[in-house]
This record gives sequence, C-alpha cells and structure tokens, in this order.
Amino acid sequence: MNVTLKLYATLSDYLPVEARRTNQLPMQVGDGTTVMDVISPLQMPAKLVHLVLINGHFVPPAARATRALAEGDVLAIWPPIAGG
Amino acid sequence: MAWTRKFLRINLTTGTIKVEDLNMQWAQDYLGQRGLATKYFVEEVDPKIDPLSPDNKMIFTTGPLTGTMASTGGRYSVVTKGPLTGAIACSNSGGYFGAELKFAGWDMMIVEGKSPKPVYLSIEDDRVEIKDAAHLWGKTVWQTEETIKKLHQDPLIRVSSIGRAGENGVLYACIVNDLHRAAGRSGVGTVMGSKNLKAIAVRGTKGVGNIRDPKEFMKVTFEKKKVLADNAVTGQGLPTYGTQVLMNVINEIGALPTRNHRDVQFESASKISAEAMHEKRPDGKSHLVTNQACFGCTIACGRISKLDEKHFTVKNSPQYWGASGGLEYEAAWALGAANGVGDLEALQYVNMLCNEDGFDPISFGATVGAAMELYELGLLKKEEVGMDAPFGSTEALVKMGEMTARGEGFGKLLGLGSKRLCEKYGRPDLSMSVKGQEFPAYDSRGIQGMGLAYATSNRGACHLRGYTVASEVLGIPVKTDPLTTDGKPELVKAFQDATSVFDSSGVCVFTTFAWTLADLQPQLAAALEGDWSMDKLNLVGERIWNMERQFNNAAGFTAKDDNLPPRLTTEPAKTGPAKGLVNGLGKMLPEYYRVRGWDTEGRPTAETTQRLGL
Repeated sequence: MNVTLKLYATLSDYLPVEARRTNQLPMQVGDGTTVMDVISPLQMPAKLVHLVLINGHFVPPAARATRALAEGDVLAIWPPIAGG
Repeated sequence: MAWTRKFLRINLTTGTIKVEDLNMQWAQDYLGQRGLATKYFVEEVDPKIDPLSPDNKMIFTTGPLTGTMASTGGRYSVVTKGPLTGAIACSNSGGYFGAELKFAGWDMMIVEGKSPKPVYLSIEDDRVEIKDAAHLWGKTVWQTEETIKKLHQDPLIRVSSIGRAGENGVLYACIVNDLHRAAGRSGVGTVMGSKNLKAIAVRGTKGVGNIRDPKEFMKVTFEKKKVLADNAVTGQGLPTYGTQVLMNVINEIGALPTRNHRDVQFESASKISAEAMHEKRPDGKSHLVTNQACFGCTIACGRISKLDEKHFTVKNSPQYWGASGGLEYEAAWALGAANGVGDLEALQYVNMLCNEDGFDPISFGATVGAAMELYELGLLKKEEVGMDAPFGSTEALVKMGEMTARGEGFGKLLGLGSKRLCEKYGRPDLSMSVKGQEFPAYDSRGIQGMGLAYATSNRGACHLRGYTVASEVLGIPVKTDPLTTDGKPELVKAFQDATSVFDSSGVCVFTTFAWTLADLQPQLAAALEGDWSMDKLNLVGERIWNMERQFNNAAGFTAKDDNLPPRLTTEPAKTGPAKGLVNGLGKMLPEYYRVRGWDTEGRPTAETTQRLGL
C-alpha cells in the first residue's frame, strides 16, 4: 500500500537527498506495517523521534510499535521543537 | 534584592522628572515587571480613560532578574491601557534595552501626560533629560536609533522608539528596540505616539550588583542554564530552527488559520516554513543567515535573514538588502497563511516594514486577511483599496504594508485593525479578534484550549498569555488532546498563572519549554529578599491575573466579551484532524469561571479577592 513519510527539521537529514527539499517521501509498504516498522530502519536517535503524527493525529510512544498504517496515511515526525 | 528600589516618574506635560522609591511591599506582592507595573498602573489610572488621552500612563518596567546572570534575563515590558482593545495592555520585549535600563539604576519608569511637542528621553545613569525630537519626528525606527547613537556619539546606547506607525495612530503600533525586537501587541506604540514621545535612549554603567546571595545565585543560574542547554527544545530545536519550525506542525494538525480563518490548512505552508528558510534560493543563498540571542539568553531562537536582492519588493531598494530580524512564526503566519500569500521573500520584506516603522505584524497581517475577505465578498471595492486585493495577492499584501507604514490611502483604515474595518463594512463577524485584538497563529477549532485562552486573555486575543499549544500539540510539560475541551479550563488557568510569574521576573517565557516554576523559584529565592516559595509564586501569578481582570471589568468589559467570532463556534473546520469541529468555548467558559473563583458574569468573587489579597 502507499503511504507518505514526512520528516521535518533536523530529521530531514534521514531522508534521501532528493526528498529533503519537500520533506516527504512516498513509500510502498506491506499490509500491517506499523509506525515503528517505518521508523526503525532509518536509525534516527530515539530521543529525536518526538512528535509522531498520522494524518495529523498524535501517536503516543507506547502505541508506535503496534499502530498499523493504512492506505494513503501520512506519517509525519518532528524532533522536540517549540515556537510561538 | 535584585530590584534597584528606585524608579523614574516623568511627566511630559510639565516636563518634570522625579525619582521615587519603589514600594517594596508591592514588590513582595507582585514581584516586578508585568505584575508590579500593573499594580502601579491600576492604583494610578482610572480604567475608564481614553487610552490616547494624556490621562493614560505608560510604565516601562524591568523584572528583578533583568540584567542579571539568569538565562534570558533581559526582558522589559510596557504596561498601559491599550488603544486597540480598551483593555489593560502589557507588551514584553527582549533585546538589550531592558538590561540597560536596569544598569542605569532604574527598576521602571512611569511616563505621564503629553508633551506639547515631540521629545525623546535620554537616560545616562542618574542623568535623565527630556530632549527635543523635532528632528526625529517622521523618521523610522531604524533612522531614529541610528540618529540618536550618532548624536550621543555612543554606539552602545540602547534605544526604544516608535516609527511612523506610532506617530500616525496605527492602533497596533509597536515600540521597537535594538532594531527588531518589539513590545509588539495592543498598540503600546500608539500610546507613546499620542504623548509625542518618540524614543527613549538609555545608557547604564552601574550593572546589577544587588543580589541577595550572589554565591547561591551563581550556582543556581548555572544549573538552570544547563537545564536549558540539555533540553532538546531549548538546547537544539529553537536555536536551529527558531519559532518558524511550527509552520508545518500546525498545518499538519489542521490548526493553521488560513484566509481569515476560512480554512485551517494552507497549501503553501511548506514554502514559508523554517525548513524553507534553510533552503538555497535560485541566487544560491539561503534566506536564513544566522540565529541571534537577546541579552543573557542561552537559547538564541531569533532569526536573522537576508532577502533575495532581485525580488520585486526590494530590487530597487538596497536599504533592505542587509541582514535583518525575522521571520518568526507568528509574523510568517499573519503575513502569509492568514491572507493566503506563500511568497517567503515578500513576507520577510513586509516584516521588515513592520520593524522599520513599528507596527505589529500579527494584527496587521490579520487585518489584511479581513480586508481580502471583504474584497472577495464585494463589500470592499477596488477603488477604495486602490488595487485588486483577493486572497493570495502578494502585490496587495506588499502595497498594503507600505501604505500602512506611511499612513497613506487605504493604509489609514488598515491601521485601525480588523474590528473597526469590518464594522465599517457591516460585517463585524469577519474580524478574527477578541476584545478587538487579532488572533495569532493557532485555529482554536483544532486546538480547543487556545479558544478559551484567547477568549479570556486580559489583553485581547493572544498566545502569550496562556500557551496551551505547548501541552496540546508539543507535549510540554505533558501531552493533552487538542481536539477535546476536557480539562482545558484547568490547563488554561495553570498556563495563565504561571506565565504571569515568568512575565514578572525578567526572564523570557520561552524558558518554559524546559523550565517550570520550580526551576525559576530557586533563582528568584537566591536573588530576592522575602518569601519566594512555590506556594507564594503560585499565589502571585493568580493575583496578577485577577488584578488585570478587575481593571478590565472596571473599564467596562463583561462576560460577553469573553467570546470568539461566530466563525470559530459555528463553522466547522473543513479539513484535517479537526474536520467537522467548532470550538467548544460554551462548554469551557462556565467551568473556567468556576475554577477561577469568579461569578457567572466573570467577576472575581469576594472570597477570591480576599484570598488573593486584592
């Protein structure tokens, strides 16, 4: 199935070079793929995987190993950031 | 004690300057800066006065930690009655001016009356003079600061001034110091202009040596700087990407107000984001040049950028080619998403106009958004605006910015803010404001607590009075669900009260992304005489909030003013996680009043005022 991975701020370094300008990478993954299945191969430092959203909804750390992605989902991740 | 225990009282009508002792009992009860100055203000000023009359006063005030070794200890505030809202106004700024005022030996400065002619104040330690400013009137902030430094032959003088916006009665005029730091909201610069006060120039050489326990203070401020450095947000996120990193976050969660809050997601958000500021432009350079810190700050979130010299806004204006402050998130949103413009260079140009002539980019940008909606509805005609002005028009945004800065044509109407603009054209409901002040960059359909925070903010819609975004979106200090109203009255109150303490201490509210009151408390306790326990600080924060509320109530505000525009409570969000939702203010407000100890009309009960010592 098709999903989109978005990595922002310092995490964009973990995207392929050609995807960094848009901060997003279209991906094809198998049924049942979890958030953690997508995150783990990227080898991002765990403390930088802070704000994890699927279609804009927050996924708590405890749910990331079991939360499966669905067709068309957008998985967006930020390191600890703030503003205002 | 870190208070100097002295303040200046300057009457511009009579031209007199007096030195007064600080009321130390009030300092114990209200701490400093926002709290202490508001105490003086409410004791001395009739809440019913016209904000632009000589009866209004302005208090430029530091906190007890301003000018000290505490991280971010460079803040000052301006307290007055705001002309945009008619409510209490308290605008906070960084840079170096606040610390310099403290170094000159003054905790604060009360400015009264109205000068018969343009003047500026010169403060060099104990030498305080009211000087002629005829040669400065009509100049921009940037010209004023440069002229004063040359005149005094001292590049280290710190200057706070108004630009042409403050002179021309733009109701959201700022007071700008250090070229691009501002006491930005509620029109404090308009009040300064109404008093014919162009600038305040300060040079202080005394330092701040009056810490209660210097050894303990050095120890604890060092420890707390380490907390900031070790925290991923204040140690890495903010210095690297600044506040602008929020643009994509808030868009993703469906809470980025777009085209005057018609939409909650902006298709060009990524083009005006922090990430875009880092990208190489066609000219091979990045928009962002570096980050910058205010006095004593170990976070350094400020952005310094350079425009593309070939961009249409500046190709014939080399005075805008140098590095300058911005973009910050709120300004980028207000100038961009709020009116559908996705041209990063144009946004920074208009942001520079705001800094140069001293007007609030939040209120200005949101007012442009309202004007564009009126234009699209056919209520505002091309002949009145002087141009085509549909949503998304970069050219219209730029021209409106120039006209407002110079007080020309339609810019005069834009300068009155969205409330007055929309009332004039028969659609007051299209002003995205509370108590007359425009919303900042968070749509309260997607971040429910912010709706309550806006509705009850004592200075009109504001994110800096109770930034529940920290919890609802960013998980600081704990993650809460942005789409529910549950628990939000308590959350909003907690943020409002704690922020009141930080704003009264002299440090920056951005420390709260890593610090809680428990981190500020030992720094205050080491610096100040008296009881500065956690219980005391919690009480002081709540006392300050209620004092401001009482002033507003006496000024004529009631529960009906704790409201949101109908768009946010009746028109559901069209996209994103909040799709189908409106803000649930009606559920939250009665509970908020109860948690606050207020009656159903939003007035602190006798029991509450007694408990708080008001």
